Amino acid sequence: MPTDRQKDDNMLILNCPYCGVDAEETELAAGGEAHLKRFGPGSSDDEFHDYLFMRENPKGVHFERWRHANGCGKWFHAARCTQTLEVFGTYSAQVTEPPKEIKDAITAKRPDWTWREFS
Amino acid sequence: MSEPISALNHASYDGIAKIAECGLQGMITLRGDLSDKVLAKAVKDATGQKVPGQREASFTGDTGVAWMSTDELLVLVPYAEVEAKLAAMTNALSGTHALAVNVSDARAVFSISGASAREVLGKLAPVELSAEAFQPGQIRRSRLAQVAGAFWMDDDQTFRVVCFRSAADYVFKLLKVAAQPGSEVGVY
Repeated sequence: MPTDRQKDDNMLILNCPYCGVDAEETELAAGGEAHLKRFGPGSSDDEFHDYLFMRENPKGVHFERWRHANGCGKWFHAARCTQTLEVFGTYSAQVTEPPKEIKDAITAKRPDWTWREFS
Repeated sequence: MSEPISALNHASYDGIAKIAECGLQGMITLRGDLSDKVLAKAVKDATGQKVPGQREASFTGDTGVAWMSTDELLVLVPYAEVEAKLAAMTNALSGTHALAVNVSDARAVFSISGASAREVLGKLAPVELSAEAFQPGQIRRSRLAQVAGAFWMDDDQTFRVVCFRSAADYVFKLLKVAAQPGSEVGVY
């Protein structure tokens, strides 16, 4: 993990869980908020509205989707702090919630963190 | 039948490193389950190499195979043999969930050689290229200034760079500027 380099500079560096590269932000494409649950046909207007428009905008712990666009091309998830650019970890795109080791890594640094239904 | 010509037809430049467009290179993009035995045999038959591990590349001259992502390989064969190799590969993979496509004419290949080769490429890609971090046998997909590019090393002083053919002129100009005489940085 690029933790040492992360302290030394202010560039966002994420470790791509698919190709293992410590990719800096110019190799990456931001994909917005992670773990959105899709509400499509059959859902209520309120649910659809929230799915389309309501996004978290935290100062602190945040979960995002990123794509290693100038690299292996894979989408992945990242848990990071929007205030300090600290990266808690990156993980597979094929999950619907952060894995335990990511949650534990966040709790170690931010004991009181919550984000949507996760904590 | 018209004669195929590579993007820059062997253009070259001598600076702190020698930049050369390598000419036509047979290139097959192969996607599928990389742990599949049928796929591994198809790769072996086409290149003589086994399926590379994460970010590995193994080449002999203009034949070899490189790891592009968890489900993608780049297979290099001589340009004249690409149709036959692709047909054999497609045939071998007929019962497998996999896809092989000839992308030879969609790509351009450059070589950067000389003692300052690491330095020239290091100016263009956000990649650690010190001898400890990057060695022959590895491949890295990244960007070269503003376009996508992949590169590996043939030996300790020679890179091969692959980019889209449509960006060949741009990449050649980038490499020329990065290799201008007197532009050594002295990092690597």
